[in-house]
Amino acid sequence: MFNQSQLDDIDNAIVTNLIEAGLNNVIFMDMAGNTIAKHDNGKNNLDSTAFAALAAGNFAAVDAMAKLVGESEFSLLFHKGKKLSIHFSKADDETLLISMFNKEISLGLVRLKVADTIKEINTILANG
Amino acid sequence: MALINVKTKEVQIKIVYYGPGRGGKTTNLEYINKKYREQIKTEMVSLKTQDDRTLFFDFLPFDVGQIKGFDVTIQLYTVPGQVKYNATRKLVLRGVDGIVFVADVQKEQRKNNIESLNQLYENLETYNLDLFKMPFVMQYNKIDLKNSGIPILPSNIMQKDLNTALRAPAFEATALRGGNVIPTLKKIISMTLTSIQGQL
Ligand SMILES: Nc1nc2c(ncn2[C@@H]2O[C@H](COP(=O)(O)OP(=O)(O)O)[C@@H](O)[C@H]2O)c(=O)[nH]1
Ligand SMILES: [Mg+2]
Repeated sequence: MFNQSQLDDIDNAIVTNLIEAGLNNVIFMDMAGNTIAKHDNGKNNLDSTAFAALAAGNFAAVDAMAKLVGESEFSLLFHKGKKLSIHFSKADDETLLISMFNKEISLGLVRLKVADTIKEINTILANG
Repeated sequence: MALINVKTKEVQIKIVYYGPGRGGKTTNLEYINKKYREQIKTEMVSLKTQDDRTLFFDFLPFDVGQIKGFDVTIQLYTVPGQVKYNATRKLVLRGVDGIVFVADVQKEQRKNNIESLNQLYENLETYNLDLFKMPFVMQYNKIDLKNSGIPILPSNIMQKDLNTALRAPAFEATALRGGNVIPTLKKIISMTLTSIQGQL
């Protein structure tokens, strides 16, 4: 369970690294499909509950496929659409960070910003 | 494990409907979705095959109001029942807080019920969960079939087959007509809430 100051710090890490960089939507969630933190740029209304359930299922399925072919994990999980793309990243063994962004932002920038955010989140979690 | 967010004052609880293929798990959720439409913020999500069988899961989030100042959302899932889908069944069980086992009372399903329950026990073990220590409710579904002359097992036999050791609360049901769907749901919700009370 996350305490209040951890949740504040996680919110802060997501907003400053990702939302302020121009991403549309970010969800930090556990592998069971529960949302821990969610942020958006205020311009869309995503059904984040259903989205998180599907994202957890999708990530879990790809993770299980990796194990079947002898990979410990597929580190990049990325879905590209015409207008919107979705990037999945494991934060630790129990949590996932999901980022949605439009075509004005490069995947390279997103990967960099996501990596920074995950590093910060892991520090926050370690300092419980 | 239930997710308790002390900042947003939200609790998210995961309840999984488990059981043999064609037992009535999806039918339970469809009835709940119809009955409590106004408490359900989103459409029911169903990942199914072309012939309408559950491929991955059905998903239905459901608000139950406030407990100790926390907004509680129950997330209902079903697993795919077909034997070949055990890998996906296992994935759906991740982080489960409470389980409803939907058994099919048709005589010819006797072996499938027992095998499915045994597999549930094993699948939970991979997450270090013990079926005997979790909120768990039994449902013996399709009892209406006896009126159509289809051989069914009486509840005392179902109890003996599936519930001798577990001693879980059990309901006879006709999910297709909504019979005992809501009492089953209320029972598993109340057991699950009781089990997490100490964490709030
Ligand atoms: N007679 C009868 N049929 C039912 C009942 N509940 C479900 N069914 C039928 O059983 C079949 C399988 O149900 P489904 O919910 O898809 O099973 P699942 O595989 O466990 O999700 C469907 O044709 C349902 O209409 C019931 O209470 N009585
Ligand atoms: Mg089904």
